[in-house]
Amino acid sequence: MGKMNRREFIKIAGIGAGGMVAGASMLQAFSPFQIDSKQILSTAIPGVTPTYCEICFWKCAGWVHKKDGEAWKIVGNPDDPHSNGRFCPRGTGGIGAYTDPDRLKTPLIRVEERGKQVFREASWDEAFDYIVEKMNKIKKEHGPECMAMFTHGSGGSYFKNMLRAFGSNNIAAPSYAQCRGPREEAYMLTYGETVGSPERTDIRNSKCLVLIGSHIGENMHNGQVQEFTEAVASGAAVITVDPRFSTAASKSKYWLPIKPSTDLALMLAWINVIIEEGLYDKKYVEKYTYGFEQLKKSVRQNTPEWAYPITTIKPHIIRETAREMAKNAPATLVHPGRHVTWYGDDTQRVRAGAILNALLGSWGRRGGFYAPAKAHVPKPKHPAYPKPKRDWRDAHDGKFPMASLAISQGICDATIPTLTRDCDIKGWIVYGTNLLSTLPQPEKTLQAIQALDLLVAIDIMPAEITGYADVVLPECTYLERYDDLRVSPGRSPNVALRAPAFEPKYDTKPAYWMARELAKKLGLGQYFPHETMESYLDERLKSIGSSLEEMKKLGVKHLPNNENELYYLDGEDFEFATPTGKIELYSTALAEAGFDPIPKFTKHEEPQDGYYRLIYGRAPMHTFGRTTNNPNLNDLMAENEVWINPKVAKEWGIKNREYVVLENQDGAICNKVRAKVTERIRHDCVYMVHGFGHTQKQMARSFNKGANDTDLISRINVDPIMGGTGMRVNFVTFRREVA
Amino acid sequence: MRYAMAIDTKRCVGCSDCVVACQTENNVPIGYCRDWIVEETIGAYPDLALEIRSERCNHCEDAPCVRCCPTGASHIAEGGIVMVEHDDCIGCKACIASCPYDARFVHPEGYVDKCTFCLHRVKDGKQPACVSVCPTTAMIFGDIDDKNSDISKALKTRKHKTLIPEAGTKPHVFYLL
Ligand code: SF4
Ligand code: SF4
Ligand code: SF4
Repeated sequence: MGKMNRREFIKIAGIGAGGMVAGASMLQAFSPFQIDSKQILSTAIPGVTPTYCEICFWKCAGWVHKKDGEAWKIVGNPDDPHSNGRFCPRGTGGIGAYTDPDRLKTPLIRVEERGKQVFREASWDEAFDYIVEKMNKIKKEHGPECMAMFTHGSGGSYFKNMLRAFGSNNIAAPSYAQCRGPREEAYMLTYGETVGSPERTDIRNSKCLVLIGSHIGENMHNGQVQEFTEAVASGAAVITVDPRFSTAASKSKYWLPIKPSTDLALMLAWINVIIEEGLYDKKYVEKYTYGFEQLKKSVRQNTPEWAYPITTIKPHIIRETAREMAKNAPATLVHPGRHVTWYGDDTQRVRAGAILNALLGSWGRRGGFYAPAKAHVPKPKHPAYPKPKRDWRDAHDGKFPMASLAISQGICDATIPTLTRDCDIKGWIVYGTNLLSTLPQPEKTLQAIQALDLLVAIDIMPAEITGYADVVLPECTYLERYDDLRVSPGRSPNVALRAPAFEPKYDTKPAYWMARELAKKLGLGQYFPHETMESYLDERLKSIGSSLEEMKKLGVKHLPNNENELYYLDGEDFEFATPTGKIELYSTALAEAGFDPIPKFTKHEEPQDGYYRLIYGRAPMHTFGRTTNNPNLNDLMAENEVWINPKVAKEWGIKNREYVVLENQDGAICNKVRAKVTERIRHDCVYMVHGFGHTQKQMARSFNKGANDTDLISRINVDPIMGGTGMRVNFVTFRREVA
Repeated sequence: MRYAMAIDTKRCVGCSDCVVACQTENNVPIGYCRDWIVEETIGAYPDLALEIRSERCNHCEDAPCVRCCPTGASHIAEGGIVMVEHDDCIGCKACIASCPYDARFVHPEGYVDKCTFCLHRVKDGKQPACVSVCPTTAMIFGDIDDKNSDISKALKTRKHKTLIPEAGTKPHVFYLL
């Protein structure tokens, strides 16, 4: 068992404290191999610098302003379709990511000192040598495929390039199997295309918008929130299905406080009403879809009366809302959602929404889903990658046939040694994702971590994952670096530039530089032909008739949009990229793989007496745990709360604002968290915002503040279709905490 | 000329962008704010309503803070904007006690601070920072003496209210309902 504790969690605070100040890093910046700062940074930094935001995946483009040489503010670029010149609070507060004094400041290497594991500060050269030696050893002894990577964010692409060149494609992003994977596969199966990001939803023209657990406004997907309020202001009928009276619910014509885990039953009942009452778009269905008769037969039993006891939504409300959708069709949008890994049958639930959209004829129609124009901006070439002998699919022997991307927990599983598998994953590169909160079942993640020969964490903040790393590489923030262009398809395709507004603080570096230096030491320098991002960007921009210089002035440049129609023309012939060439109400691919070709409702386990389903979500001022220590954003919300219905609170004698501790069905507990006793939630569930409850002392503002929902997600239901991890299957009860 | 602000509670999602934009624009120190968000839940499950408001100094016409200021630091500037002259403020906090909206705070540098309607921007022909950043365009700022301004039109066509009207301060931040 000693082995299990081989890798102790190191609190980054524990390193010889004085060493963390800028003085020491200044020295290191000039050693051991001289870096010409011009290679990383343009010499002349103007008072205003273009960037695109990295605080979330929406990537709004804007300008960074300085005052008297100091960081001042970030404002949106009015030319940018992602933001329309208005950043969200996180983007506006992005300045705090740069000023945060708790940032990682220098490379760190794990060493043993007097029987205790500690980090010692290292030079970049030492850190790289350490990594390269271990990577080469893994390659020699186990094969290059035994190196894997987890990534979230712009800089991950350079490390991906390095790892592919090294010979592995075991590269996973938690944004797939822990978030929107089921949505992408459901739309792929139905329409032969995905929804994309930013979503191709034409919300601003919608007359009826159906939100299923999608808490727009609390999730600040900027352009989407803007369009949502436009639609609300112009009188769109919003139908919100949510066990919680969300902000969006408060702006809705109908709030359906559904019993959690039963959404699919409601959607099947809607399909039933729309078909039985003949409310569907007959021309559209006939011309474009496949399998209507099978669908009709399949949902015949799913009447509103059938759905009522399951969902607790009254039959007349189900009918009324179905008619409301039909009345406004095709400008009715059943929103596909984004974070959809809830119960393990998520691909099927999202597919039910896709089917509804098809019946209403809203795919390819104004107010439904538009057809985004393509943005083609060629990338400079590099040599072809070697073909790995094994890939991520081998990590879960033939399961999850519809997964189109690597599954994070699959890589995690493939790292935990078993007797049957001949090759375990031995090394992880973790870029910008705090796996202990992004992956469910943190105990399993830790088990995998203990089995590793090498764990490299690249991060800006000393997130918990860095405490388990062998080597920590401190990245500079997006405000201190170039990155690849943001290339956006959409209504008006465009590119946006991120240029550094500031010199990197401390001894931090951009990811491009790190990945390139590592590649050079691995003998893979040819995969990074550009010495600097500037020359890369300039070459790439020249291919579209622009230049780095021009983009520094524009920030955002719109591309010519040749003859793309946003909406299908009336009666236009169209071939969908599905097996039948039609919109598949009945999925032939699912049938062939042995899954339900038409979604069917299965009942999910329910909480026992005294237990409540744990649901979680977002707050507008935070992006998961990545922003909770940002001084400006922490100021807006320093800790999360657990939402409890007053009746439940009364039963347990819990008072508003009092601290409680939650314990789940497996005895897992979370940090103490304040109770928010509110009428805005059902009695059979509790809710909290994800991303709090940090255990890393060095993040002084967020340490020990609020609870981490992931600590309570010890159980998951895995989607057999694509491997998504359904996480809303945990039940919690209360333990009083002495405050 | 009379500056005022109208905030659309139908649009506002309570994101707090107005708060952080004010903080960066005006270098408001961490831990302080000139504007803030209030969420009010009305009713009981499942018959609920929610009102979200972005609140700040109401730039009252009959401003108690100005009346009680012993040095004249708190004064009414152009367009009816209530301002504090930092150099004249002795930090006695009389204004803080008199404000029914709790809009004022003592800046760590010793003077009393609060919302200025971003007069420095308004003078440049720009919108206040909070107004210009709001993702849902929930805020309208302008001159209510000008019948054709957006704010005059909004106040004419939309139902609206002010906060604590019974305090008799004649507030100039309006909430569209
Ligand atoms: S939505 Fe907000 S956090 Fe996301 S990219 Fe835009 S401004 Fe940044
Ligand atoms: S920025 Fe706009 S939407 Fe956000 S809280 Fe302020 S007023 Fe409301
Ligand atoms: S008007 Fe200016 S000072 Fe007043 S709250 Fe808005 S941003 Fe702050």
